[in-house]
Amino acid sequence: MDAGLFAQYVMNGLMLGMMYALVAVGFTLFFGVLDVIKFSHGDVLTVGAFTALAAYAGLRALGINSEGFELAVMLVLATLAMAFLGMAIARYLVMPLRSAPALNTLLITLMLGTVLRESVRLFYPQGANPKPFPALLPRASLDIGEFNLRLDNILMLTAGVLVIVGLQYLLNRTKLGLAIRAVAQDEETARTMGINFTAIVLITFAIGSGLAAFAGVMNGLYYNEINFGIGLYLGVIGFSAAIIGGLGSIYGAILGGFLFAGLQTVGTVLLPFASAYKDVFAFAVVIAIMAWRPTGLIQEKISERV
Amino acid sequence: MTRIPYRTAVCVAAITFGFAAWTADAKDKVKVGFIGPLTGGVSVNGLGGRNSADLAVRLRNAEPKAKYEYEMVVLDDECKPNVAVQVATKMAADKDIIAGATHYCSVTAIATVDTYHKFGFPVIVWGAVLPDITYRNKYDEVHRVNGTMINQNDANAELISKLGYKTVAVIHDTTDYGKGHNEYFSKALARIGKVNVVGTFGVTSDQQDFTAELTKIKALNPDIIYFGGLTPIGVRIRSQMDKLGIKAVFDGTSGIVSDAYIQGLGPLAEGTLAFREGAPTDKLPGGQFFMDKYNAQKYDNPPEAYGPFAFAAMEMILDSIEKVGPDRKKVIADLADVKDRDSIVGKITFDDHGQNTVPIITKYVVQDGKFVEWDDSEYASGKRKLPGQK
Repeated sequence: MDAGLFAQYVMNGLMLGMMYALVAVGFTLFFGVLDVIKFSHGDVLTVGAFTALAAYAGLRALGINSEGFELAVMLVLATLAMAFLGMAIARYLVMPLRSAPALNTLLITLMLGTVLRESVRLFYPQGANPKPFPALLPRASLDIGEFNLRLDNILMLTAGVLVIVGLQYLLNRTKLGLAIRAVAQDEETARTMGINFTAIVLITFAIGSGLAAFAGVMNGLYYNEINFGIGLYLGVIGFSAAIIGGLGSIYGAILGGFLFAGLQTVGTVLLPFASAYKDVFAFAVVIAIMAWRPTGLIQEKISERV
Repeated sequence: MTRIPYRTAVCVAAITFGFAAWTADAKDKVKVGFIGPLTGGVSVNGLGGRNSADLAVRLRNAEPKAKYEYEMVVLDDECKPNVAVQVATKMAADKDIIAGATHYCSVTAIATVDTYHKFGFPVIVWGAVLPDITYRNKYDEVHRVNGTMINQNDANAELISKLGYKTVAVIHDTTDYGKGHNEYFSKALARIGKVNVVGTFGVTSDQQDFTAELTKIKALNPDIIYFGGLTPIGVRIRSQMDKLGIKAVFDGTSGIVSDAYIQGLGPLAEGTLAFREGAPTDKLPGGQFFMDKYNAQKYDNPPEAYGPFAFAAMEMILDSIEKVGPDRKKVIADLADVKDRDSIVGKITFDDHGQNTVPIITKYVVQDGKFVEWDDSEYASGKRKLPGQK
């Protein structure tokens, strides 16, 4: 294969993987602290992307045209709004169901996802249509043979890496991170050590949902188009990525995200049959991995099920 | 003591007067049905169709000469075959509903024809273009006012051959709809024999990322990317083509002829080709009348490309009921014999499969944010050029 073309595939795969990883990290965080699967996560991403788009429309209406400033405001607004939404979901839907079977949480968040998705469709002006998302990053690009290297892709990848590194730092090097890990390991003991359990859970949901908003904005900037259904698909894939990586492990989720993107790309490029089966291929491999390592590629250090 | 007789008197009076008023000018109520995608990615088209059918019912109800008062029952097929079968069954099983204008999506229309046949429920399809809907079986219940995808793909293949293009890559969604487009387009190209298909890619109808397929297509370097599918993924593919620096002409089908396509892409939509059966709304015999009446109702959504067909389908149903009465069997018999019937989309003639034989195909190109008829466009006159146009 042509080297330039290969580089293009790698770039496509990396961008896709970064978005999957950011979503998967959210799933893994929620599972870590509360042992719940929050299926509305993908749709929080959608709402985040639409919040950013609404912020953009608002800024334009105010006559502000600086792209950098617009992007900053969109990111901050979307992230904060989704962090708040995440906290509200945790406080009023997930936590009250703690003593109920885990299946109930799963179902209620699944339904909430539908509510969020359909709300965007119904209440965002012309929400049923695909929406153009502004290209706010520098559009410079470099053609190297068949490879079209775009500055905006590099910026997005860098931003994604920084966010993940920042999250790592937060979890492993700060007191808040210590508290989150403590709650994840053993709720009872964490409580007796004086950790405010409710606050930690809410903060974790805020972080995870904020990440989803970031991924949503990135999705918009990358494709320059968003629609009310983006979260559904990203949610399913992010969840699968978190599972193959090992639910509860941040590194696992990241690994899972990139692995899934790699599988989809390979499925399209190298397999002889039509690209329509790339998802079939990717999910089949996921099933095989799960059969091989039921707890994921990177297991939680302390498994409660031992 | 006096209060009770007083009240009774009032009641009796009210009932008597009410009854008198009712017998004086109330007409018998007749229910008709509408099914389309009201939620999901192509819901703009469904809502446009619903509004248009609703308009037909309102106009009829406003007519003093109409024999019945019509009520339209609206159900949502979500453009999903499994949901469509459920709602079709629900509608057909309700004996009060006499007939229906049904389906924009081919996948839902083809999934439900057996249901309508089983229940003896007459329908007129208003938007779906898969030939099999009318031609796979010979069901007396199933009719269609719009044309099939065979004609539009013939016109498509002819135009790109005429423009001197040599190579095309095909992307189609893997539903019956997309596969049908791929089949008829490839057949038409093979018959003309001037344009080669260099690669065919099936994609799922809710796919988000097409960069892998498009990178592969970029290496094949085709003049044209043909797309057999609906607006939502059409928008994504066109915008991702640009991201990867692909300069090929984007050549779509009737599935992308909608305002949503242009809204979703902005300036990137420029130069997109698309084909649709029937004439554009403003050139239809009743186009002006339809748009005036439609705008007067102040609906939230535009009628979109197939609104006039939904209007025509519903009008036809109402005409039949007026003529033969609210009886499914009689309506079917009446619809079996439709020849040169006037409608806002032109004369309608059903063949023995209930298919309207619409000969006209309109070729479109997007110019300055509008779907413009190809022959009227600056691309046809040579003032502007598509990428690679000779």
